[in-house]
Amino acid sequence: MALFTYETKKDTRSGFGAGMEYLSQHNPKVVALCADLIGSLKLEGFIKNSPERFFQTGIAEANMIGISAGLTLGGFIPYATTFANFGTGRVYDQIRQSVAYSGKNVKICCSHAGLTLGEDGATHQILEDIGLMKMLPGMVVINPCDYNQTKAATIAIADYEGPVYLRFGRPVVPVFTPEDQKFEIGKALHLVEGKDVTILATGHLVWEAIQAAEALLEKGINAEVINIHTIKPLDVQAILASVKKTGCVVTAEEHQYNGGLGDSVAQFLAMNHPTPMEFVGVNDSFGESGKPAELMEKYGLNANAIVEKAIKVMARK
Amino acid sequence: MQTQEIKKISSQVRRDILRMVHACQSGHPGGSLGCTDLLVDLYFNTMNLKTDAAGKVVFDMDGTNEDLFFLSNGHISPLIYSVLARRGYFTTSELASFRKINTRLQGHPTPHEHLEGIRIASGSLGQGLSVAIGAAQAKKLNGDKSTVYCLMGDGEQNEGQVWEAAMYAPHHKVDNVIAFIDENGQQIDGPTEKVMSNRDLQAKYEAFGWNVMRMDGNNAEDIQNTLIKAKAALGNGSPIMIIMKTEMGAGVDFMMYSHKWHGVAPNDQQLQDALAQLEETLGDY
Ligand SMILES: Cc1ncc(C[n+]2csc(CCOP(=O)(O)OP(=O)(O)O)c2C)c(N)n1
Ligand SMILES: [Mg+2]
Repeated sequence: MALFTYETKKDTRSGFGAGMEYLSQHNPKVVALCADLIGSLKLEGFIKNSPERFFQTGIAEANMIGISAGLTLGGFIPYATTFANFGTGRVYDQIRQSVAYSGKNVKICCSHAGLTLGEDGATHQILEDIGLMKMLPGMVVINPCDYNQTKAATIAIADYEGPVYLRFGRPVVPVFTPEDQKFEIGKALHLVEGKDVTILATGHLVWEAIQAAEALLEKGINAEVINIHTIKPLDVQAILASVKKTGCVVTAEEHQYNGGLGDSVAQFLAMNHPTPMEFVGVNDSFGESGKPAELMEKYGLNANAIVEKAIKVMARK
Repeated sequence: MQTQEIKKISSQVRRDILRMVHACQSGHPGGSLGCTDLLVDLYFNTMNLKTDAAGKVVFDMDGTNEDLFFLSNGHISPLIYSVLARRGYFTTSELASFRKINTRLQGHPTPHEHLEGIRIASGSLGQGLSVAIGAAQAKKLNGDKSTVYCLMGDGEQNEGQVWEAAMYAPHHKVDNVIAFIDENGQQIDGPTEKVMSNRDLQAKYEAFGWNVMRMDGNNAEDIQNTLIKAKAALGNGSPIMIIMKTEMGAGVDFMMYSHKWHGVAPNDQQLQDALAQLEETLGDY
């Protein structure tokens, strides 16, 4: 039985591009910067509408972060954009000092996060960025699951005052969230109600979690699926209510175990409501070249992996 | 080696590049084709490489008492893979695995999978010159008289770290380095002049204390002559920078004169059209 259906597949980065195009027409304070990757970030629409509010920095990500911090001083809302590896890990100290510690309203918006960028391989496949960004005091970390949600998040963060890391990706994935769904930072979304096991998923793994819930249902297991699009601040109320009901939890993300969503959930539950828990993510290794689906299979980041972990964690109750 | 021989190898390397990128439908043919003539000359003519008694190249990570090459613009990986295979570091049949799952020929070069010939990962731009300078200093500390070579892109000059390295090398008199900039005038978003102008690279590097030379990077004779001059200038207190003019996509008429083929794979027809322009001199893998 299909719990969710979809009509098209689109890339989340195109959702970002659509959100930027919307902002070019509706928010005159938004400015965009890019480090020689306009096409990959889908910024053509924004640039066409607002060429005077776009700044090409060249391949100079550290400078881009500093320029963005400076632009906030005139009341602008800079969206600094590149690939996730170059927009986080490469410029960690620039973000730390000029954006986070300085409390600047910069939106760091990055595509090609995780394994699913595919053939470019590990130099580009950052699996540590959620951890890096969430460790910075005051930084909001968002990883939307599909085109519609990425578009909505892109628009919503303009109205939030403070630094944000918005993470999205390269491949086309099912578009299954409603087109008009409002994006609320830090408010988890219940997708499937269940009583046997909680599955907390973020980004591309949300669709996989729904597929896993369908497979579990066929085995007579009622899984609850929650879309944790915001890793920080974490919706601890929603998580607590769900695990009190189910008594066990699986987290799923395109990221290292270390530093990811699972690690945030584990920290919260350890302090407040110790619960058997399993992780779906990359376990302390780099990625590699290959087709996205092959990589997700090899590294155990798909519906099958979630099903396995769900059954395993239920046995630990 | 005669430039005639070099040109034959280059033709085969260009075929390899096109076939590799076509087979996985991803990767970067433009810069790879543009820098082919340089890398073939380095590996088959200019560099002094460690070999066994039978004359076959042998790889060890330290590379003591041999010349070293560092590719900083790692996206032109098909080129370095083809040149290393053709030079004998690994079998040419392995080129077929480029960018496919479980390959040692990752999208961007890495020592992580123990591929012979690769000493550092690159792909995130702007880091290779620093590594090359460090390796050159290690050679000096070890009393090793060999030379360290490094290739960067011209778009890559946008990165701040390049200029940190540029300042460091003359200050520390690292005069056993010969670096190259692939001045093809192109990067991802368009012509370098439009994306982020480098202005006068020669004047900049000279102001930083480098001995700057220029050459036509798609002319085998000019490459040989310039490298002879450059090697003669080593050991004089200054690192050497060779700004080489190239054409992105060199060797395939429809891939030249724009940034269009920076990172796009040819389809079946385009592959045939491109291969028809390049003689198969050493046998396709
Ligand atoms: C730090 C970093 N930022 C961005 C990229 C994405 N990128 C790959 S190649 C490239 C353009 C490089 O231009 P250039 O050095 O001139 O190489 P060419 O296009 O001429 O081969 C960019 C921006 C990257 N690989 N690394
Ligand atoms: Mg270039």
